Amino acid sequence: MSQALVSKEVLENTLAQAMTLGGEFAEVFVEDRVTSSAVLDQRRIEELSSGRDRGAGIRVVVGDTTGFAHTADLSENGLLSAARAAAAVAREGGRGVREIALGPLSDNPARATMLPSEVDKARKIELLRHADDVARSQGSSITQVQVALGDSSRRFVVANSEGVYAADHQIRTRFNISCVATGDTGMQTGYRPIAGTKGFELLSELAVEEAARGAAQQAITKLDARPAPSGDWPVVLAGGSGGILFHEACGHGLEADAILKHASVYADKVGQQVASPLVTLVDDGTVQGEWGYLAIDDEGRPSARNVLIEDGVLTDYMWDYLRSRKEGRGSSGNGRRQSYQHLPMVRMTNTYLLEGTSDASEIIAQTPRGVYVAQLGGGQVNTATGDFVFGMTAAFLIEDGKITSPLRDCNLIGNGPEVLQRVDAVANDFSMMPGTCGKDGQQVPVGTGQATMRLTSVTIGGTAS
Amino acid sequence: MTLLEQAERVLEKAVGGEEIEVYLSSGVDTEIQAYEGAIESLSTASSSGVGIRILRDGAGGAQVGTAWAGSLEPEAIHDALREARDNARFATEDEFIAFARPDGVAPATLVLADQSVLSTPLDEKIAMAIELECMVRAGDDRIRQVDSANYSDYVAEAVIVSTTGIKAAYERSGAYVSVEAIATDGTHDQTGWGLSAGRSPRELDITVAASDAVSRATRMLGAVKPSSMKCMAVFDPRSTATLLAIVGGALSGEAVNYGRSFFANRIGEEVASSMFTLLDDPTDPRHFSASVYDGEGLSCRRNVLIENGQLRAFVYDTVSARRAGTNSTGSAVRGGIAGSPSAGCRALQLKPGDVDQAEIFRRVGEGIFVESLTGVHSGVNPISGDFSVGVTGLMIRAGELAEPVREITVASTLQRMLLDIVLVGNDVEWLPASAAGQSLAIEGIAVSGS
Repeated sequence: MSQALVSKEVLENTLAQAMTLGGEFAEVFVEDRVTSSAVLDQRRIEELSSGRDRGAGIRVVVGDTTGFAHTADLSENGLLSAARAAAAVAREGGRGVREIALGPLSDNPARATMLPSEVDKARKIELLRHADDVARSQGSSITQVQVALGDSSRRFVVANSEGVYAADHQIRTRFNISCVATGDTGMQTGYRPIAGTKGFELLSELAVEEAARGAAQQAITKLDARPAPSGDWPVVLAGGSGGILFHEACGHGLEADAILKHASVYADKVGQQVASPLVTLVDDGTVQGEWGYLAIDDEGRPSARNVLIEDGVLTDYMWDYLRSRKEGRGSSGNGRRQSYQHLPMVRMTNTYLLEGTSDASEIIAQTPRGVYVAQLGGGQVNTATGDFVFGMTAAFLIEDGKITSPLRDCNLIGNGPEVLQRVDAVANDFSMMPGTCGKDGQQVPVGTGQATMRLTSVTIGGTAS
Repeated sequence: MTLLEQAERVLEKAVGGEEIEVYLSSGVDTEIQAYEGAIESLSTASSSGVGIRILRDGAGGAQVGTAWAGSLEPEAIHDALREARDNARFATEDEFIAFARPDGVAPATLVLADQSVLSTPLDEKIAMAIELECMVRAGDDRIRQVDSANYSDYVAEAVIVSTTGIKAAYERSGAYVSVEAIATDGTHDQTGWGLSAGRSPRELDITVAASDAVSRATRMLGAVKPSSMKCMAVFDPRSTATLLAIVGGALSGEAVNYGRSFFANRIGEEVASSMFTLLDDPTDPRHFSASVYDGEGLSCRRNVLIENGQLRAFVYDTVSARRAGTNSTGSAVRGGIAGSPSAGCRALQLKPGDVDQAEIFRRVGEGIFVESLTGVHSGVNPISGDFSVGVTGLMIRAGELAEPVREITVASTLQRMLLDIVLVGNDVEWLPASAAGQSLAIEGIAVSGS
């Protein structure tokens, strides 16, 4: 990085301080994040906002106990005092003076061609207005359009008492558009996001126009929607947004923190058939440009491609430093945190199901009666029981192998381990979607993906019989 | 220099044709997680920050720009001021954009900060988390795991000042314990969580948190998926609080102005059962979310939103009120230094009925008891009112709780549900949320099972 956030010497002294006070492991994470956002609503540029957050989080581990303190004061005194606060968990006191000598910095420069700071605010505004125009041109029933653009430049350096000394510069850009269509039956909404670990180059005119049209058309189509059915139905998930179901329904249960506490339905199941043989699930932080891409995780470990389930057999979990240390194995590069104010924990990156060989249109044609989910919204899962709930934000009936009536928004509900067994067809039209994953109050960007696929039975929570 | 002095110093930098609003906050917090009788993690931190909004006067109205920083260093504040000014140039001129001005409503006298959060020894806080975990593990033979038992607290102060005459300074504190228990019957697991909240650690009741978690987890064991049906639903106080928060969102003047609420254009209409009276009253200190000032520094006040089923009023911040041709109801909410004010409810409460939960079960006879809701964000559309959420709970048979049920959804529309309320409980539960809860019985709910 062009200018070090904190000098190597100060990092070494801070780590030495924490170790001197009795730490078995110490880590300093220094972060500098610059964010900006712009929102267009009701044809008005409502607000531009800029933010800067800079500080350090210090972690000290003694046995199974972690002490943590964070500070916005990046002076040597500020860091040393945070190190002392974090080391307060070391009740046994000092273990003799330690010296920490870090090797050369393993640096990862930003992978973006147009850094957010180099893009004129006027140009961002122009893009918002263009998206608004394109969405409104889709039909007079489009009565409201909201467009938001946000970007962040996050530099961090992480150093620990075991010699990790690495830095990364992550550039992320996100655009989303929401439309409201008004008709005789009331109002309906449509939504499309575009997001990537890229600079402004992510937002080509073509991509933005396609998102704007997609969001508007989705809202217009739903004006004719009828109430969704209730009860168990075969469900065909369109490629892309369905991946979130696997992120929630099974990804969270494969995070080592839940596993080691036996708080997951997947504990002690490595080597067992946990899913249909059509399911191969991967968590992959190395997919450049994707929303969940990382060069290194927030503990300084290189990101990796980890196969979690292969042909239906559970192969491994996801690991961070703390949990892998406990098991005497390596981290899988899944230690992430929302910011320097948070402790890292096991988190997903880009989690996706490998594509199959079927043709998407064939899968639909071979479904006499079912529900086609073109877009899944947010969801929630209980990792201990595997029970999940997801919103369907664009869904249709399948009748006689054809997509017919649009359905009003409703939830679908199921159980992770059960749904994994019910995958009976996977197509070859893989695509990814960006999302924000929340866990214990921390939000991190993640990617999810899958190809069009069919589940033999899922409960649809509508009102029609 | 106090926070207030520091904030007022920024106002001195205002140039001609602009207004400045400064929001400064500073606080300390502690978080403890206990696991297997020891500390799993202990975090302590102090943090502070600044949020600045600039308003520029223009021919067609004002423009607003925002910037924030997670620091109170002079350099950070200076940069934020410069960025906010620059951002304002790009906003659309809007005649309704304005900062709040003092409106003569006196601030309520509330004591919302308890310094004993700071004076309580750390060891006592740690002991509470560990004891909470032990109590849950010992609470029932079927409890096989406690994911984590948590203690957290904070003390914070904040000021909001503006060149339009706003000057608000306040302090608040909070302390919480929460725990999630996992119970097993040998083949299946169920979870239950419990919590206790207060303004200081001495207000916490870990026995209640522990027994809540244990009973919620164990009574769900053996849960089955029932067949689809239409029936009466009794919402547990926590589920009701979730429901009220959604209704509160649709009562935001901003949502109403933009037609994003199913309540739009319905003032004076019967929108709910006659036993439904809903207020938003942040001046009631029983609310954990009680507040003296709103997010723009105006005094919070008691607003009656729905009275005996009739829609009376919406909540407004300054801009949404101007757009609607009315006055702010002191209802600006703001998500910390990085957030801008918007209109919202912060302390909703339903007028209590005269029956307790057991009596509600008796009167309902047959139905479903909704203990927890999942997928609320994805399953409720505040514009159309469509409602479809995941539920775990128990069947009500012959006026009593019967077998547990899971993997079902309940669906209706919010409009229908409000009108179909048949009983309101007197069992008010104050929660660390934007709404208090109590039991509520609603008829004609579609339950989707197998």
